[in-house]
Amino acid sequence: MDFVVPQNIPPIATYRVMNSQGLIEDESHAPKEVMHEQILEWYKNMLFVNILDAIMSDAQRQGRLSFYMVSTGEEGITVGSAAALEPDDIITCQYRETGVFKQRGFELPDFMSQLVHNKNDPGKGRNMPVHYSGRANTGVHAVASTLGTQIPHAVGAAYAMKVADLEAGKPVSRVAVAYFGDGAASEGDFHGALNVAATRDCPVIFICRNNGFAISTPTSEQYRGDGIASRGLGYGIESLRVDGTDIFAVYEATREARRKALENGGRPILLEMMSYRISHHSTSDDSLAYRTQDEVEPWKTRDNPIARLRLWLQNNDLWNDELEKSTRAQIRADVLREMKSAEKELKPPLSSIWDDVYAVYSGEQLSQRAEMKRMMMKYPDEYDIDEYEGGIEAL
Amino acid sequence: MIRPPLHHRLVVNTGKRLYNSALHRAYSSHPPSARLNVPIDYATTPILHHTSKSALSNPELLTEVRNGTASRQNLFQAVNSALSHALSSDPSVLLFGEDVAFGGVFRCSMNLSSEFGSDRVFNTPLSEQGIVGFAIGAAMEGAKAIAEVQFADYVYPAFDQLVNEAAKVRFRAGANEEQTCGGLVVRMPTGGVGHGALYHSQSPESLFTHIPGLRVILPRSPAQAKGLLLAAIACPDPCIFLEPKILYRAAVEQVPTEPYTLPISTAEVLKQGTDITIISYGAPLYTCSAAIEKAEKDFGCSVELIDLRTIYPWDRQAVMGSVNKTGRAIVVHESMVNAGVGAEVAATIQEGCFLKLEAPVQRVAGWTTHMGLIYERFNIPDVARVYDAIRVALNY
Repeated sequence: MDFVVPQNIPPIATYRVMNSQGLIEDESHAPKEVMHEQILEWYKNMLFVNILDAIMSDAQRQGRLSFYMVSTGEEGITVGSAAALEPDDIITCQYRETGVFKQRGFELPDFMSQLVHNKNDPGKGRNMPVHYSGRANTGVHAVASTLGTQIPHAVGAAYAMKVADLEAGKPVSRVAVAYFGDGAASEGDFHGALNVAATRDCPVIFICRNNGFAISTPTSEQYRGDGIASRGLGYGIESLRVDGTDIFAVYEATREARRKALENGGRPILLEMMSYRISHHSTSDDSLAYRTQDEVEPWKTRDNPIARLRLWLQNNDLWNDELEKSTRAQIRADVLREMKSAEKELKPPLSSIWDDVYAVYSGEQLSQRAEMKRMMMKYPDEYDIDEYEGGIEAL
Repeated sequence: MIRPPLHHRLVVNTGKRLYNSALHRAYSSHPPSARLNVPIDYATTPILHHTSKSALSNPELLTEVRNGTASRQNLFQAVNSALSHALSSDPSVLLFGEDVAFGGVFRCSMNLSSEFGSDRVFNTPLSEQGIVGFAIGAAMEGAKAIAEVQFADYVYPAFDQLVNEAAKVRFRAGANEEQTCGGLVVRMPTGGVGHGALYHSQSPESLFTHIPGLRVILPRSPAQAKGLLLAAIACPDPCIFLEPKILYRAAVEQVPTEPYTLPISTAEVLKQGTDITIISYGAPLYTCSAAIEKAEKDFGCSVELIDLRTIYPWDRQAVMGSVNKTGRAIVVHESMVNAGVGAEVAATIQEGCFLKLEAPVQRVAGWTTHMGLIYERFNIPDVARVYDAIRVALNY
């Protein structure tokens, strides 16, 4: 009677390519097919996320923004993995994947219009900041606050794409990717998703950003097993644990996961990317309530994705202090300029209260819209609506 | 194979009640002197089309459908027909859920997996949240994803996916217009069946009407189900399609052979009347019809019967128009009266028809309790309760 004892099984090894000094330890895993220009772009994208995060987080403290979520420490996971995907791949994510949006083509005006909820926000000011709607230009499904619900969506998306390709007589060539955190992986949707993905052979990559925390809950209170990578075994899914602060490992692992996910008509792959959530959970959180500054500090320099890639770039004469200074200054200036200009724009029209609930308005919604207009015309002093595009005429 | 409740088999096969045998089966008998609370005679009810002429004369059908043929089908066969039409006409249609491959526990998906292949018609693991989440993702990438939840009683693990995701996909995507899950249809057998008790009898439709973004549809008959299901599949909004399980075998009628759609969010007046409007949907319509027949004879009144068909967004104009004409309204539904669809309909009627009302709007619905096994016939609105509500309204 041989019980399988999890504690006796060694933890899954962490895949790493580059050490903390920015040196590739095993040249056979060096990113050979990636051009230096691409790697520089990754670096700048990570800097962008880092600086945007810092400025917008301050903006929230100043009252210019209602809410923000920072992804310091995880820029390598999001930029590196997104870099390994193809333009037609579909992505669902949680809310701490700013780097995915940047790497996939979201520009400053796209970010900023959502963050300050102006009329250019595709999401029409309906979602909290950082819950971007960017499907058209990034292939990422609109972000929702609900945790884990996006995981089975990627499975269904992968399956729909696979069947569409098969029906058209084409090889299965697109994957769907679901990003989620260590906490979200406890939700039932994670389990339902992995099980359906495995039984239906879906070309989907599950990328878990294990950053050690779900708000204040450390992973020691989130699960008893060997992280999230170990769960793949239970579902019959190939899994890999990756050093999420090593962008080359992140890139290579995602590249290989994608190749595997498309083999033989498709199958799911699970990647667990280890990192540390240097930031607070959100601007509504003060993480010093549950951890010490001494715990956090080392992660800003040691095993930090930006710091490590910077060392590699400098070791390869692709970067220097001057470029660092000027690039940071440029990004900072761009962000501040874009924020100022985005804040000047009007908010979306008030009709956005009822649009898009259904494909066409219901009779009830039209009556309600008329009722609100009636109220505003009857009590004009009680309603401040000039900041909404079109004002009362939009109703 | 599911064996239908005995009294339904008797009525369908022989067209008359085998009185003495029914007495031995306490779960499906009726009191010997009953005049109102006798089993529904599906073979003669005016709710169903007993001739192809009747089925094909429906003005909601297109000409080419009306010029076609009809055949006798029960509810699961009509659903099967609709699914088959959808699968054969659109390669993006997928049909899946627990036990769907072998034909489904109610036979709605018979032969579909063998005909259309296991890539498109397949079993999923046992996880409603996984099934519906998967369906939403597939619909968001262009598939017509028809997910089956085995019983409406088990939809709750998928509730988050339905109200927080499906209902909000289009809204949160905003200007990213192609981002919808309009191709989603979640089908589930609903309602009492005689012996389903707490977990095979539930009728949770009202829960899905409170969060806007979904269309909630509940057909009354095989011909209605075929048209409404095809419409739901084509609808650009995600739809919940509840199929009254008691009707799967009991309701048999002539169903047009050609594929057709029926309008969503449009109620249907099944019977014109002048003194009182009864609003209902699904299986209780048969009860209402039986009550109306007796009431019109006994009280000399004229009752208008409306089938909502789509529970939300529902046809407020049709209902208010009718009640403004008759001045009296009763809403009948199986599920609990508290915060049920009747509450929404009644509130709307009193807002829109207040000065025309001759009596309070009554709701004849399930009692505020759970569907205890041996109490089902007391719980679900019966003919006597509807008959009495008509009397109360007329005499108010």
